[in-house]
Amino acid sequence: MGQSTVQTEKSRPARYAAVFAGLLIALAALTVWNINSGSVHISVPDIARILFLRQGDDTALGIVWKLRLPRIIAAAVLGGGLALSGFLMQTFFGNPIAGPFVLGISSGSKLCVALTMIVALRFVPFVTSWMMVLSAFAGALLAMGFVLLSARSIRQMSMLLVAGIMISYICSAVTEFVITFARDSDIVNLHTWSQGSFSGTKWEDVTVFTWIIAACAVAVFLLAKPIGAYQLGESYAQSMGVNVKRFRVVLILLSSLIAGCVTAFAGPISFVGIAVPHLIKLLLKTAKPIVVIPASFLGGAVFCLLCDYIARTAFAPVELSISTVTALFGAPVVIAMLIRRHGGRG
Amino acid sequence: MANVYFRTADLSVGYQGRALIENINISLEKGEILTLIGPNGSGKSTILKSITKHLATIGGDSFVADGSVNAMTYRQLSRRMAVVLTERIRGELLTCYDVVATGRYPYTNTLGLLSPEDRAKVMAAMESVHAAELADRDFTAISDGQRQRILLARAICQEPEIIVLDEPTSFLDIAHKLELLTLLRAMAKEKGITVIMSLHEIDLAQKVSDKVMCVSGETISHFGTPEAIFRPEIIEPLYGIAPGAYNVAFGSVELPAPTGTPRTFVLCGCGSGIPVFRRLQKESRPFCAGILFTNDIDYPVARQLAARVFTAAPFAPIPEAVYEEALAAMKQCDTVIVTDFPIAETNGKVAALIAEARKMGTLREEGIGP
Repeated sequence: MGQSTVQTEKSRPARYAAVFAGLLIALAALTVWNINSGSVHISVPDIARILFLRQGDDTALGIVWKLRLPRIIAAAVLGGGLALSGFLMQTFFGNPIAGPFVLGISSGSKLCVALTMIVALRFVPFVTSWMMVLSAFAGALLAMGFVLLSARSIRQMSMLLVAGIMISYICSAVTEFVITFARDSDIVNLHTWSQGSFSGTKWEDVTVFTWIIAACAVAVFLLAKPIGAYQLGESYAQSMGVNVKRFRVVLILLSSLIAGCVTAFAGPISFVGIAVPHLIKLLLKTAKPIVVIPASFLGGAVFCLLCDYIARTAFAPVELSISTVTALFGAPVVIAMLIRRHGGRG
Repeated sequence: MANVYFRTADLSVGYQGRALIENINISLEKGEILTLIGPNGSGKSTILKSITKHLATIGGDSFVADGSVNAMTYRQLSRRMAVVLTERIRGELLTCYDVVATGRYPYTNTLGLLSPEDRAKVMAAMESVHAAELADRDFTAISDGQRQRILLARAICQEPEIIVLDEPTSFLDIAHKLELLTLLRAMAKEKGITVIMSLHEIDLAQKVSDKVMCVSGETISHFGTPEAIFRPEIIEPLYGIAPGAYNVAFGSVELPAPTGTPRTFVLCGCGSGIPVFRRLQKESRPFCAGILFTNDIDYPVARQLAARVFTAAPFAPIPEAVYEEALAAMKQCDTVIVTDFPIAETNGKVAALIAEARKMGTLREEGIGP
């Protein structure tokens, strides 16, 4: 018998429990670590007092509640969302390296948000979070539309990804162009954002994206059953009673909404959508959506918290863009996956 | 029509609104096996996809237990019909158990969690195809034969009344082909599950089917029992093979007979001639064969491969006239091959032919094989 990558029915629950426990511990540890570190050091007992009793010296209280906590929540929730969005796109295209970043969905959102901000700021004093989300969603759908159009004439999956990357370059180029020639004072912010960053997250934003991502995550979890059927292929899914046409539309809308929402608040973030679901499947040794979906969400949160920590502290006070760090960790995972897939089977 | 379980009514199938095959009207009883035969690209898969609602019908409808397939939702149909398709399952990290368990989909709750009864049914389905020991194996790491059995178990697990299989025996070796068809046969008879499938192996189709549908590109050229369908006048035009090439009794075909004036005579009988005929065919040497009783196993193959066959009615001595004709033909040949077969009272004339050949010096004696 060759080395089986799967395991017996009986040993599964123990492994699932271990993976979830590990992810939750990592999440808690990274949260504390993230609050703890930075230009102002705050001790762990102080953190507990600040978080649970809202007591402590005013500077520390302000730093934790106004700066670090919103940023941590953003990294966790949006990171989890990205992983889910990637998982949905991988399901839709039946391709393990599909994701919001490589398919150009994030860049489409970025372009739409940048345009909206630059145009809207000429007429109104500020842009609301909801407007950002809406324009990001529109951009995501637009980019997805292009990808789907090319998918109709391009049967080869690798070519589809190339098309996605091209869309991504075009959108990024236009965005940079627009930003360069915009005259607003917000440009500095816009530039940081367009490279991907969790910094400067406000509590109003936290409320908006937490609601959206939470609603989407619940919806994705409830889709676990048809997603499992769809993993066998479209025809089999249909023969099991899935209305495939409707299901595909739901997949597209959900994954675009999540990807758009993440981009609206944190800009385009690379590789989380591909690397996290893949690593989670390896850890769980299964592709069952009912466990992979919640585990991917947690995994995305952990991954982004870690990357954000590095982005913030590695070269402090200079901050790296989050994509720089996620790419550093995520891209090797993708390369390893490709090598295993094409080299291993022989 | 009381027992009809599945029927089509003026069903027309095709792609993008263009009909490929029109007016299909067939009916099946519960527990019957229908096999679709016909050349590549004749539309067998198109018909199957239309029956399973994977492809919109161009006209007409199919009925499963009097329920219109067009009117049914996918969910309703999934409780009656299961499929085994040719497309490869791309699932990663799935055990065979997981794949079979997807058959429970129409019966599980919103989250798709398996109840203890579901689990028992999954194992029962795996046992029914003798694949219980594969439960924990990686689905992508098993053999073709095992994979088809797992997919059949998946279909059985769905508790269907009808199973549709698209070329289930492709890629299987002969032992696995037989195993799969035996399983289907048992399932149809014991559980009363109706089976519709397409097969390339017409010899196996003849043996496993209750009804056969000949799909010939634009029409259903014939529909009926295997006895009515497996005749040279139906099979040969269906596949466009040369007249006389198809052998009804064996359901098999031979390569075309060598042409030209026969210079070789084969004296044979009781099956000893068949390997010699086939060797001569490969060497492109036309030959005569004889003297064969028409119930001899050599006879149907000689009919297909020999330039001339000298025959006699069975259970009686060879008539003098046949002997004379054979002798005349033998004198035209430069080689006479004699195989190893019993010579007794009724075929005593063959002994005389052997003696003549020996006198002429053209005799070559052969045991079985060269």
